[in-house]
Amino acid sequence: MKGNLIREIEQELMQREIPEFRPGDTIRVHERLLEGGEGAKEGKERIQVFEGIVIKCAGSGVNKTFTVRKVSYGIGVEKIFPLYSPRIAKIEVVERGRARRARLTYLRRQALEANAK
Amino acid sequence: MAVGILGEKLGMITWFDAEGKALAATVLYAEPSVVTQIKSIETDGYNAIQLGYGKVKEKNVTKPLKGHFNKAGVAPKRVLREFRVESPHEFKVGQELGVTLFHEGELVHISGISKGKGFAGVMKRHDFLGGPDSHGMSKWHRRPGSIGSIRATGRTFKGWRMPGHMGHERVTVRNLKVLKVYPEKNVLVVQGAVPGPRHGIVEIRKATE
Repeated sequence: MKGNLIREIEQELMQREIPEFRPGDTIRVHERLLEGGEGAKEGKERIQVFEGIVIKCAGSGVNKTFTVRKVSYGIGVEKIFPLYSPRIAKIEVVERGRARRARLTYLRRQALEANAK
Repeated sequence: MAVGILGEKLGMITWFDAEGKALAATVLYAEPSVVTQIKSIETDGYNAIQLGYGKVKEKNVTKPLKGHFNKAGVAPKRVLREFRVESPHEFKVGQELGVTLFHEGELVHISGISKGKGFAGVMKRHDFLGGPDSHGMSKWHRRPGSIGSIRATGRTFKGWRMPGHMGHERVTVRNLKVLKVYPEKNVLVVQGAVPGPRHGIVEIRKATE
């Protein structure tokens, strides 16, 4: 009973509606940002959308994270989001992908090789 | 000198605050502690309350302790700890103190027995730098260096930092913020780390200046 209490409390933090997605899927992450710097009291809140391919999921429980990669103006950009962060306003799945491995780190190399040509 | 309760550490989790910041947090479990004795200046020379915590089998309690619990009219408890208080007569023997003693946002001091590290070298125990791993060093990677000089002092000073037993000692972490109180679950969530292993007994006290 005592052993499960910490799991119970963790479950409570995980009560959020998150669509199911897997590495290979293309998703749009709506992230809440405070303008005027980190922790600014007066700052306005706005939402920034980050769209890209999920290349990796890591961690477990409330500490689960996922990595989204996109190519922005020819430069590869990756962002790691904590899955249960309240800063994530919404996640949309744009396209289901078919990944044959759990971590699509080969996309980085592929992009480099494409650039070299 | 502040009142507190006894509890046990359940483990650590990631906690998201109102701003969405991810904080390292410790989850503590604390059934209500029971006041088993009141100590005052007149009878004991100092002011304190003695608290009992945790279940224990009747057969594992020694006779002298049984007498002590009988006198208080309390079921035997696994651990007894004293908390210094300003005015012990505000408390009654048999009174229960639980997590509701604390509220969210309050600062607490937490004491416990740290995890034992065994006989530890000087790098782990005192954060010495040791020696280089390469550049021709021979058997000089984690050593403490010189411990004194023959000419100037002829001896090694007392208290010189050396290898030895590390951990398994009382450690107090001050000013941890209470993130959440679950009165019905007897659970307290505090920001930061707390000494000891999981299920280790800790003292949770109200923060003093």
